[in-house]
Amino acid sequence: MDFSTFLIQLLNSLQYGLLLFLVASGLTLIFGIMGIINLAHGSFYMMGAYMAFSLTSLSGNLLVAVIVGIALSALIGFLLEWGLFSRLYKRDHLDQVLLTYGLILIFEELRSLIVGDDVHGVPIPELLSASIQLSETLSYPVYRLFMSGVCILLAALMYWLIRYTRLGMMIRAGSSNREMVQALGINIDLIYRIVFGLGVTLAAFAGMLAAPVSSVYPGMGNQVLIICFVVVVIGGVGSVWGALVAALLIGLTDTFGKVIAPDYAGLAVYVLMAAVLLWRPEGIFRRI
Amino acid sequence: MEQGFNRRRFLLSTAGIAGGLALPGAPLFAQSANKIRVGLMLPYTGTYASLGNAITNGFKLAVEQGGGKLGGRQIEYFTVDDESDAAKAPENANKLIKRDNVDVLIGTVHSGVALAMTRVARETKSLLIVPNAGADEITGPLCSPNIFRTSFSAWQPAYAMGQVMAEKKHKNVVTLSWKYSFGEQSVAGFKEAFERAGGKVVKEMYLPFPNVEFQPYLTEIAALKPDAVFVFFAGGGAVKFVKDYDAAGLKKTIPLYGSGFLTDGTLEAQGDSAEGILTTLHYADGLDIARDKAFRTAYAMAFKMQPDVYAVQGYDAAQLFAAGLAGVGGDVTKREGLVAAMEKATIDSPRGRFTLSKAHNPVQDIYLRKVEAKQNKVISVAAKALADPARGCRM
Repeated sequence: MDFSTFLIQLLNSLQYGLLLFLVASGLTLIFGIMGIINLAHGSFYMMGAYMAFSLTSLSGNLLVAVIVGIALSALIGFLLEWGLFSRLYKRDHLDQVLLTYGLILIFEELRSLIVGDDVHGVPIPELLSASIQLSETLSYPVYRLFMSGVCILLAALMYWLIRYTRLGMMIRAGSSNREMVQALGINIDLIYRIVFGLGVTLAAFAGMLAAPVSSVYPGMGNQVLIICFVVVVIGGVGSVWGALVAALLIGLTDTFGKVIAPDYAGLAVYVLMAAVLLWRPEGIFRRI
Repeated sequence: MEQGFNRRRFLLSTAGIAGGLALPGAPLFAQSANKIRVGLMLPYTGTYASLGNAITNGFKLAVEQGGGKLGGRQIEYFTVDDESDAAKAPENANKLIKRDNVDVLIGTVHSGVALAMTRVARETKSLLIVPNAGADEITGPLCSPNIFRTSFSAWQPAYAMGQVMAEKKHKNVVTLSWKYSFGEQSVAGFKEAFERAGGKVVKEMYLPFPNVEFQPYLTEIAALKPDAVFVFFAGGGAVKFVKDYDAAGLKKTIPLYGSGFLTDGTLEAQGDSAEGILTTLHYADGLDIARDKAFRTAYAMAFKMQPDVYAVQGYDAAQLFAAGLAGVGGDVTKREGLVAAMEKATIDSPRGRFTLSKAHNPVQDIYLRKVEAKQNKVISVAAKALADPARGCRM
């Protein structure tokens, strides 16, 4: 591997890692703050991608599709929390796993009924469809760089929201002691509803953003679900900062694993997870 | 006429559903009606649902064209959704064989499920016709007098592509595929033909199934600068790979070739990225075969959609079984005569006539196709009457 190839692979891993972060951040929020094991997180990702597809074919514009899609998925998040999840906070994890597993099946079947089982492509917006020549044979699509930029921006926004705003303070407080926060006169139910809606929206947004490069196909949510849990576990449950570090680490391990030891590429990420857990059983970072 | 056809089709399919739901006691009653019992074990839900439906449609179309009969006998369908789940496959196959007492088992799409069905068919000596799954083993080490296939082996299209790429004077080629048996068998078939003709596979790359993060591999390909790239991908992975390959600017400098499934049923989603890609398969668009044109018209009339390679394979499964029945005057109990007639049959398929190899896999033409205006247009015959080597088959 010469130096320029090495740099390009570094770019690949950064870009993959950032996208992973975007999907997993919603999961770590819901998991860490509300204590809910949400297996349906991958389905929200899929839902986002399919929204991008359907709404782009309706409106002809990805930006419009993303704006409408964000509103829709926030609404779906609120409704799910209000109708289903709010009843589960006092139940144990097994009930949550059952419910969210059921949701996976329901979302998969709804997708099949509404859009069908075909594979679909989502066109990259005109403005971002160019490529940058990196080496004499390889060029890099501008859209991928744009994706990475959006992920960095969102990471910064989330950091600011949780660290420096009143809402963020309430979220942090609610995650460590629900009853005490309630006693102080804060409407914790509303906070939870907002967090859940935010988590769903983040996953769906990741799906929308990734749709033009990943294409849209049945079962796409299940593929990201496992790797998302790996990110959350490595990063430390509930830590957004940890999720970012973990996602970047996984991006690096996965990319260079594929290049250096292709036969064991599927294993590399899980070896990393095992190593981190031996070293720090609670994940790299704890808490927000 | 079209109306009557649809009504009959409706009756047939409801008979199939009713048959599928029949209680264990039902077969006794049904048997007295003296119909041939056909067990369809195909995916009707999940990712492969559309493939399962196409195969079923193809099969039923052939039966319809024979006046609702095969080999002079009425047909009764028993249907099981195999869900493409290999873990449930032995149970599902046994349900059709033991409970419904089917005379022939038709299935399936997914190779893992088909391998399990093959094992059950070997144990119970049931007649099995595989209308899609390409695992080499089915007509290789697991071959048996009662097991037939009307589709292809993974080896066939890939081997033909090896010859094509050698003829195109490509010297150094990189291969890429998912690391699972179908991908590995495709790459092995390709490599065998390509290296025999003097080419060299500089690097075989595999990624874990069903991972679709291709960027690191594309970077590797750009650094290795081979003359061409051969890949095996299907479905969603195929769409993403073809688009990524194009977006990385590689398509302009390093031509991409694949086993046919790279561009089958995926062209709408792949868009312009797929234009010009060459693939090999046993079926293509724009074949100059009268039989194909008649088949396409009849299929489009009956089902209001265009047929694909899967529909052809289902259609041929029925034709093959009909040829066997014709040889024994419709008496399925004469198994040896039935098998002998099927072995000797020449199937007048929409893909062109084919016969069966000793191991019961089609000896068929493999077409070289080029993607043009969202169709896999036939260019030439890449390999004439190509027979799978059936390695490991003792029969």
